[in-house]
Amino acid sequence: MKNLIQFVTKNFFVFLFGFLLFISFVLLVQNNNYQNSKVFNSSNFLIGNLYSTINNVNEYFDLKSVNADLAEQNAKLQSTQIATFTKINGTVVEINDTVYAQKYVYTSAKAVNTTTNKRENYITIDKGSLNGIEVGMGVVSPLGVIGTVKNVSENFCSVMSVLHEKNAVSAKIKKTGYIGSLVWELGNYRIAQLKDIPNHVKLNVGDDIITTGYSMVYPEGIMVGKVVGFDLPEGNNFYNIDIELSVDYRSLSHVFIVKSWMKNEQHELEALNDAK
Amino acid sequence: MIREVLKYCISFFVLILFQGLILNNIEFGGYVVPFLYVVFIIALPFETPNWLVLILGFILGIAIDSFTSTLGMHTSATVFVAFCRFYLLKIVAPRGGYEFNTKPRIQDMGLVWYLFYATILIILHHLFLFYVESFKMTQFFYTLGRALASALFTVVLVLIVQLFNYKSTKSA
Repeated sequence: MKNLIQFVTKNFFVFLFGFLLFISFVLLVQNNNYQNSKVFNSSNFLIGNLYSTINNVNEYFDLKSVNADLAEQNAKLQSTQIATFTKINGTVVEINDTVYAQKYVYTSAKAVNTTTNKRENYITIDKGSLNGIEVGMGVVSPLGVIGTVKNVSENFCSVMSVLHEKNAVSAKIKKTGYIGSLVWELGNYRIAQLKDIPNHVKLNVGDDIITTGYSMVYPEGIMVGKVVGFDLPEGNNFYNIDIELSVDYRSLSHVFIVKSWMKNEQHELEALNDAK
Repeated sequence: MIREVLKYCISFFVLILFQGLILNNIEFGGYVVPFLYVVFIIALPFETPNWLVLILGFILGIAIDSFTSTLGMHTSATVFVAFCRFYLLKIVAPRGGYEFNTKPRIQDMGLVWYLFYATILIILHHLFLFYVESFKMTQFFYTLGRALASALFTVVLVLIVQLFNYKSTKSA
């Protein structure tokens, strides 16, 4: 026993090192499983508030372009108003609540922090459980798809962005309707890849890529990006397609969190198929 | 003594804020990211007890990790560097040991010594950090390139910081 104590005190430095390294690896592994541990992530109160203070200052520099985006979106919304349509045939009954059930609800929010230089990038947003935000909701901006809510605290939530190794977005080519999955493979934060498009599909540079709405996370038809280049490796049935994302993740500001009313219903129905 | 401790405390917080709020946003094509905060461990006085260096490294790592929501990643790297520092200081010690009242900085130890000492620690730190981040060997050379390029960038930043110190102590 005496020898043991002597041994430990003699090599105290090495033991302490082993102990601390062990703790950090435990933290690391836990962190990987849960993506973010509860306390020390960027949606916690202290750092979340610090980021939002800094963002308050930074916002002024972006005001001009944000205003332009908002104005553009206003114009689009204005053009879908009933008031902008004229009745052509007086006998048609126009408004009927039983025909249109509301499917998605949008909550406006502000991005307070964003990263683009990691393998797994997250965005912190200033709305949390107090505002009714739940894990799994989609996040979009006027320009396109942003990501999926991953963690929620009282006042903030962190969003797994499209620039995340493990995040795949179901997307389709607007013109032909072929469906693929959008993934991001490190490096350039403006470029992502569209997979699973078979080789008989006709493709053009500049084709619009939009969301499918299949997973009920994002509404159908949200912009994702444009094709900037593609090639067909020999002996392969699928294209390699490069997509320029329509959202610049380094200048995010106003975003919308999307709540789907029918997501649970769809998932329950689909779960019945698996149960058999 | 108290003044020294206070000085290190302030530099601790300044480095964390500088890293978390400014340097984390720097990137060249997603390839090079400087991690200047490790200079805190490099600059600790020679007489600092070994265990204290380890503990300080651990706290520094936790603080940096809180900014990036990557708990454990920077922490393991800083603890590793704190460990390596002890042995490196033994290896690069001048004949007759370190003189009293000298610190690991250019004006005390000379440019060559400092470059050698800091560069080795920074490269060790970046290699450890980037491999822990990728956690797989499939992109071995890509990660190696990222780590070395970022380490080079950090060394340049460390030298710039040192030059600031150099001037202020000379005029004081």
